[in-house]
Amino acid sequence: MIWEIFRRDRAGQPFEHAGSIEAPDAEFADAWAREQYGRRGESIALWLVPRDAVHVVSDWADEFDLKYRRVDGYSIKARLKEARERASVKSG
Amino acid sequence: MAAAEISRDEQAFLEYVQGGGQVETTDWLPDDYRAKLVKFIEMHGNSELMGVLPEREWILRAPTLQRKLALTAKVQDEVGHAQLIYRVVEDLGKPREQCLADLISGTSKFHNVFHYPTKTWGDVGVIAWLVDAAAIISQKALLKCSYAPYARIMKKICWEESFHILHGRDVILAMVTGTPAQFELVQEALDRWWGPLMQFHGNPIPADEDPMFTWRIKSQGNEEARQQFLDGYVPQILELGLTVPDPKLRKREDGVWEYTEPDWAELKSVVTGHGPRTADRLAFRARYLEQEQWVRDALAA
Repeated sequence: MIWEIFRRDRAGQPFEHAGSIEAPDAEFADAWAREQYGRRGESIALWLVPRDAVHVVSDWADEFDLKYRRVDGYSIKARLKEARERASVKSG
Repeated sequence: MAAAEISRDEQAFLEYVQGGGQVETTDWLPDDYRAKLVKFIEMHGNSELMGVLPEREWILRAPTLQRKLALTAKVQDEVGHAQLIYRVVEDLGKPREQCLADLISGTSKFHNVFHYPTKTWGDVGVIAWLVDAAAIISQKALLKCSYAPYARIMKKICWEESFHILHGRDVILAMVTGTPAQFELVQEALDRWWGPLMQFHGNPIPADEDPMFTWRIKSQGNEEARQQFLDGYVPQILELGLTVPDPKLRKREDGVWEYTEPDWAELKSVVTGHGPRTADRLAFRARYLEQEQWVRDALAA
């Protein structure tokens, strides 16, 4: 059984994927992961996740134009320029 | 933004990795890329596993309890690296049992420096300091490997290697500040290890003719790595009053190191299984693999 190992460096940091180990059960995985990823105090916590339990999402449908949700969906340069020009004409 | 899907086209893949792109286990990988990855990473795993044997011979003979513990810890680190690395190879499709079988039968290779004897305690210092220094140069360049799962475990490996170098330097410093006989032991070990160290990074094949570079498995060429090793470590060797056994060694004004051509025939002969300790060490590994089968069976049960 393959276990994906995530480790946390310091308080407040996210868990980061660090590698995987093979172990027949959680007890063995626990002992082994402590040895592999914690014997120098380099992790404050570990997550041991059976690989089969990971639900992966990596296919992203993009059939709609969703640009309005993103910063690259807005181009304000030209309008801003125009607005500034109008403003300067008014005040001038 | 959605992650760009890598097209199932070898040329596009090549451009992607050459542009600094990284791939995961679940991505489509060209067959040649996968084969090169397995070969390269498996050899690295083999080297970690075989690399503990020269040092293991000195655990019982270490001069103090502190040194014995440090050496044992280093051996544990290297075996741990082998376990992580073989896991990466397994995910690429080659089971660990097959890797070990190929190692023992001589089908796959391991690094040249692990085929030599460790004659004295001086060797232990030179290995931990300079062999690990040469190795960490290669391994740091793998932090940018195009195959991301390998690059990720390299972070842990490099971090642990830095302890080994310090441990090696400490062993060396204790000896060079000791008796003249102890100093001589270090010099004698350095004289024997210099040749294999200069061969370690491989022949100076240009990076763009090296398939491991083309696929960006490695991010630097062999000669670049050797130059980096010389630049970093020759001054450290000399400042201790030690002599580098190469009369041609010098740093040119443009910063490039000149040296006597390493013995490439020796390198080839050693890595193809004809080193002075190759047969003994493989026999040792084979014996333990068989002897400890019950442990693996018990855990798997």
